[in-house]
Amino acid sequence: MSQAALPLKQRGWGQTMRRDAWWVQPLAVFLGLAAFLVYANFRVFEGAHYYSGHSERNAATNYLTPFYSPLLFDVPGVRPSGHAWWSEKPALLAWLPGWVSPAALILIFPAGFRFTCYYYRGAYYKAFWADPPSCAVGEPRKGYRGENSLPLILQNVHRYFLLFAVLFLFILSYDVWHALWFKDGAGGYRFGVGLGTLILATNVVLLTGYTFGCHSMRHLMGGGRDCVTKAPLGHGFYECVSCLNRRHMLWAWLSLFSVAFSDVYVRMLAAGVWADWRIF
Amino acid sequence: MATATFQVWRGDEAGGSLREYKAEVGEGMVVLDVIHQIQATQAPDMAVRWNCKAGKCGSCSAEINGRPRLMCMTRLSTLDLTQPVTVEPMQAFPKVKDLVTDVSWNFRVKRQIKPFRPRTPDAPDGTWRIDQKDVERVQEFRKCIECFLCQDVCHVLREHHKHDQFIGPRFLVYAAALEMHPLDTENRVEELRKAHGVGFCNITKCCTAVCPEEIKITDNAIIPLKERVVDEYYDPIKMFFRFLGGRK
Ligand code: SF4
Ligand code: SF4
Ligand code: FES
Ligand code: FES
Repeated sequence: MSQAALPLKQRGWGQTMRRDAWWVQPLAVFLGLAAFLVYANFRVFEGAHYYSGHSERNAATNYLTPFYSPLLFDVPGVRPSGHAWWSEKPALLAWLPGWVSPAALILIFPAGFRFTCYYYRGAYYKAFWADPPSCAVGEPRKGYRGENSLPLILQNVHRYFLLFAVLFLFILSYDVWHALWFKDGAGGYRFGVGLGTLILATNVVLLTGYTFGCHSMRHLMGGGRDCVTKAPLGHGFYECVSCLNRRHMLWAWLSLFSVAFSDVYVRMLAAGVWADWRIF
Repeated sequence: MATATFQVWRGDEAGGSLREYKAEVGEGMVVLDVIHQIQATQAPDMAVRWNCKAGKCGSCSAEINGRPRLMCMTRLSTLDLTQPVTVEPMQAFPKVKDLVTDVSWNFRVKRQIKPFRPRTPDAPDGTWRIDQKDVERVQEFRKCIECFLCQDVCHVLREHHKHDQFIGPRFLVYAAALEMHPLDTENRVEELRKAHGVGFCNITKCCTAVCPEEIKITDNAIIPLKERVVDEYYDPIKMFFRFLGGRK
């Protein structure tokens, strides 16, 4: 009978008796989120290639990337895209240094929404902060405050970001409407559908699935009441939100990927590298 | 019959170690069968708690290959028997002997939660009328068998030993079952925030992953409770309207 010593109390960082590859999931989350963050930062500070119609090759198309939507003003020096809320940088914002792109001003809302999302919180506490690294795996730090005090107690603002996220869905849907109209070269527009239209529309569908499956949405739409049959928009709507909520993680990743891919696509069109595929 | 190697933790609060045993294994066996076999043939003094052998009493909780699980529900066919299988007691509770831990802290915690207080009966015969749709949510929570595997895996208890400040996922489920009940009139939100420490949960969902009853602990119990705490304490607009309405 052989004997092996076994630690009794707190195990050190990464110590566990688990045999499976417990590090795979947090590592995948880390890589996925880190890749997105790097790319998003690059795009926000690039301050160019946000509107497909800017390139000669895709001059007929009318796609605005979701990273730059809503577009408060066109980046100084480029041709007007027709999507900007102000035709040029408003005097109110004149003090902003040039490297602050119009995307940097609006991305705080979707970024804040995802940062405070219950799913992402749990995922990045594990992947970026090892708190815990994985279930039943030892942690690097002894002290722990959780979301019980500052700073993480601020995560509770999530429901306010939700309001903006819903607003953004309308704005992005409006962009899809724009993406259905192609310039005919004579100053007019013709109805049509291109690959870009489909990509932007899919993106809105996935973002809607993500936003409406939000835990705060579920709470507001009836979960906060003891009788869900008295939900503000009816029991059916509560059930709908709950149904999306069951797969919130999946929606979170699909929509994250679709936002990034929509941006890549529009960027490639705007830079003239790819040509849009016009379906009709 | 084939043999396989099992490393079972033997010891008590003062200390202990893994001891290796060879056991006969066959089709359809679960880890608890092996433990019983070892007890019957090699280690008659080995302590193990069990009762139903059907995943319903919640007694046989342990850690198998480092994962909190019910011994009676862990089939050998799901384990890699070419390597020794480790069986340890739960780590979040004091050890009594071998695989038996002292889970009495849980029963003390349960007593701190405000009990069910139903509204006055709806009918003269003292009964109530409830819509099935309204009780469905809490029926999920009532599946709990109090195995305390979720308490064991929760890092707030397991790693940070916050047993005095945090009631743990099992009792957040219990509080949710009462708090969301359509008949209940009690308000537990203040306790949830302060004494029960719902804010310590960082929604990493390990409790959900181990629950043998597949209760969606984090999504369906803890997060909705957190949202109720936000309503009362962290939502400035709601607080403002409550102030205008004269409610504190
Ligand atoms: S989700 Fe919360 S309660 Fe569940 S294991 Fe994680 S920290 Fe503990
Ligand atoms: S909630 Fe699940 S894991 Fe926790 S004690 Fe109940 S049955 Fe066990
Ligand atoms: S919980 Fe994920 S978006 Fe609200
Ligand atoms: S013996 Fe009852 S749950 Fe395992």
